[in-house]
Amino acid sequence: MESTSPRSIKVNAIGLAQADYKGLPSTLCQGCGHNSIANQIVQIAYELSLRPHEVLKLSGIGCSSKSPAYFLGQSFGFNTLHGRMPSLATGALIANHHLRGIGVSGDGDTASIGLGQFKHMVRRNVRMVYIVENNGVYGLTKGQFSATADEGQVLKYAGTNEFPPIDICMEAILAGCGFVARSFSGDAGQVRELLKAALSHRGTAVIDIISPCVAFNNEDTSTKSYGYGKEHENPLHGIGYVPKEAEIEIEPYDPGEMRVVEMHDGSLIQLRKLESDYDPTDRLGAMHRLQWAQEKQEFITGLIYYDDSRPNLAETFRLGGASLSTLADEQIRPAQSVLDGLMNSLM
Amino acid sequence: MRIGLDPSAGPEVNEVNEAGLIVNDFAIVAATANGTGSQTANLAILRALFKLGIPVNGKNIFPSNIQGLPTWYHIRLSRDGFTARRHTAEILVAFNQATILQDIQTLPPGGVCLYNGDWRSIPQREDVTYYAVPVNEFVRETGMKGKLKDYISNMVYVGALAWLLDIPLERLDEALNFQFKGKRKTVEANMAVVRAAYDWSATNLKRRHLHRVAPMDATAGMIMMTGNEAAALGAVFGGVTFAAWYPITPSTSLIDALNSYLEQLRGVKDTGEATYAVIQAEDELAAIGMVIGAGFAGARAMTATSGPGISLMAEYAGLGYFAEVPAVIWDIQRVGPSTGLPTRTSQGDVTFVYYLGHGDTKNVILLPSSLQECFDFGYQAFDLADLLQTPVYVLSDLDLGMNNWMSEPFVYPPQPMKRGKVLTAADVAEQGFARYKDIDGDGIPYRTLPGNDHPRAAYFARGTGHNDNAVYSERPEDWESNMLRLARKFDTARDLVPGPVIDEVEGAAIGLIAYGTTRPAIEEARGRLSAAGVPTGFMRLRALPINNEVEAFIARHERIYVIEMNRDGQVATILQSELPGLSTRLTSLTHFDGMPLTARWIFESVMTCETAQPASRQDQPSQAADRAKDVNGHSFALNAIMLDEY
Repeated sequence: MESTSPRSIKVNAIGLAQADYKGLPSTLCQGCGHNSIANQIVQIAYELSLRPHEVLKLSGIGCSSKSPAYFLGQSFGFNTLHGRMPSLATGALIANHHLRGIGVSGDGDTASIGLGQFKHMVRRNVRMVYIVENNGVYGLTKGQFSATADEGQVLKYAGTNEFPPIDICMEAILAGCGFVARSFSGDAGQVRELLKAALSHRGTAVIDIISPCVAFNNEDTSTKSYGYGKEHENPLHGIGYVPKEAEIEIEPYDPGEMRVVEMHDGSLIQLRKLESDYDPTDRLGAMHRLQWAQEKQEFITGLIYYDDSRPNLAETFRLGGASLSTLADEQIRPAQSVLDGLMNSLM
Repeated sequence: MRIGLDPSAGPEVNEVNEAGLIVNDFAIVAATANGTGSQTANLAILRALFKLGIPVNGKNIFPSNIQGLPTWYHIRLSRDGFTARRHTAEILVAFNQATILQDIQTLPPGGVCLYNGDWRSIPQREDVTYYAVPVNEFVRETGMKGKLKDYISNMVYVGALAWLLDIPLERLDEALNFQFKGKRKTVEANMAVVRAAYDWSATNLKRRHLHRVAPMDATAGMIMMTGNEAAALGAVFGGVTFAAWYPITPSTSLIDALNSYLEQLRGVKDTGEATYAVIQAEDELAAIGMVIGAGFAGARAMTATSGPGISLMAEYAGLGYFAEVPAVIWDIQRVGPSTGLPTRTSQGDVTFVYYLGHGDTKNVILLPSSLQECFDFGYQAFDLADLLQTPVYVLSDLDLGMNNWMSEPFVYPPQPMKRGKVLTAADVAEQGFARYKDIDGDGIPYRTLPGNDHPRAAYFARGTGHNDNAVYSERPEDWESNMLRLARKFDTARDLVPGPVIDEVEGAAIGLIAYGTTRPAIEEARGRLSAAGVPTGFMRLRALPINNEVEAFIARHERIYVIEMNRDGQVATILQSELPGLSTRLTSLTHFDGMPLTARWIFESVMTCETAQPASRQDQPSQAADRAKDVNGHSFALNAIMLDEY
């Protein structure tokens, strides 16, 4: 790929500057958590030297779903329907399984209108990063509760929320997801490391990012606010991503201090032990930890569950070197003799 | 109850030959219980007759049920080659005790009833010839038990019928061999029962009826299959690479066939790499979403569904129209609204699909009427979707899709695939790229596919307002010019889609317009109308939108009858709205009871309307047009009453 940047500007391994990964200026509110996430995507895409044309950006409808316009302006994208991005992503990423999908959804888009498609995409294990920018509230329609809002929460517009929240991470694990993470848009470093690891994942990687809505849900009492997040974020571990290409010798480490998870593509996830040794490969443990956190309104972040044993959908379909969209005509239209033979058998 | 057979309609006229026999010109109906394996027996008879060289068509009139409810299988033999449904069947295979009372009442005078002799009593009619076969005796002899017993008892009527009608056993063997894909052991087991029943009948039944079959050579070189199978095969030869679907009668068998043909003809071979993916989605919302996604990414993507599924697809259909994504959607129509009659046939989705999507949408629709057209449109729909960058709908129906029809062998696609205006990276470098710009004046823009590595090739597809460069825009002039371009594109489609098939008769004041599976009944009815002094021109629409030929055909006729299988005359409504100057010439004839159309219904409906016309039919055209305007309202009303009484 040719670089559009002058020599004086710092470029990555494929000759692109960070600016080449930018999108259009954001039209979201000043201070919106979603803008921070878009910026982290720009940065990691630059750091990982992603080829823009190999990325497909996807979104549903809502504030979150506008944001793919604000990063990777040289990548193809599709702003789809409310709650229906997973199906379009499935089709596009099977038609061209070499594309790396980055989906951005919201809590309404995923946990309310789109819960069905979300779970079915996860169980099919479509290879993509699926980010939920979770703020517990509908922004564009001015402040209704979403399905991830806390039970008993009070909002000026919407009144009291009478119903228990849907936990996106738990839903993902139940549906068979092999990469389930939670983060906080105010914790940019963790968001970046999780995004990088998610891009290396074999199948669907779900990252539920609490991303405060400064307009409708940012009172300190709200668990989806900046104030609450900064005060209460409880990382399960310090997380670092080491790409396969880096060929970095990992410093010797004490297994009591650090866990290293090797990913399907050979990349490594380093999990530095914090107060307790959390094991993200224990499915039941992960569910237990999430339920405990929900009950105690505890804001845990980090890689909650990891398992790369299930094949992704393209592998299940035995898709090969050429994508379905680039097969030559003679590979997809059988010869005249084939039709004639079949016709004879029907006489 | 008026399912399948229509006693009030009276018998059809059968020609009796010199020997006093009715040969190759009658219909058989087998009344059985659903899920007992009777389909194997019925298809064996159908294919045996086909192998005998006799034009045939089979129609399964079945319930929405897995097991137990009544089902009727109609086989029409027509030495004249007619394949439309008939109102009555002269030969009844009464193998369902639950419906026997009704079934026998539907027989015309001189009809034949073949029934299970184990039943104690059945309703007697003096003008019907009865033959009883002791089914239990045959079943006992085979030693079969349980479900197999049902299968075997169906083979008993096959054998008895073969004797009664002169169907050679060798042809039945061939037919069963086809159905069991050459598994001789299974064929032999079935043939043993068929033979036993045949021999018993030959010894014990004295033939007192007139109906016989005799070999012809009218089907040599022809094939027989279902429309859904033909459609799937067409898709395979259209280079389908992606399909997503959700099970719904009567479209499911299309995807079943697609899976089977893909595996057979495009399966993973030496490379070990697949050339297609078929996903059973969680619902139709997802099925169409996947198809739009795959189409956007450059696959030849399709789905198959029926009316209720189309409802769920509406939102993505609108997005596909507006974001301009190729996709192929087969709608195998059944009776609605709502769940309606899910196992009966209809042409009730035309206006729904034509305008599917909110805001201003108009969609391209193909209207197959035969196996050959199912196959042709199976691949042409992909070409059109790629050329026009829009979802293309193919409206088949249950009758065409699920029943077995005869056809000439399919013609291999004569031209290479048409992939439309797709720019490579080199193209973008040379000519630049603006996704929604109308460069050629035909309303069709250029597109790039994800993976194109030119830095200017990418764009952000969306359902929101956008300018020529696919950038979000709320500017009124951007919105308006884009919508006008889409209208221009639709006009381009008029001459890209298959045009109408016109069969004009010199001097005919009357024209018939129809589409889809009303074709066989109309072709038959035109002969009868002509014989009754009412010659008709016939224009069969093969697609929407219409082109100038449609207007010209209407203009050449004083009165046009638009014949279709829905209540409100959906295509008539479209024609009236798009050709307002000619709308007074159009009279809508609609048939919507869920049963395939018959020649007789058309004949009587047209004759009723024609009789209501003033006598001076030979007026000057201008006067005729005025008069049609006056009379039309009356003929509509009159027609509605006639239909109710029918």
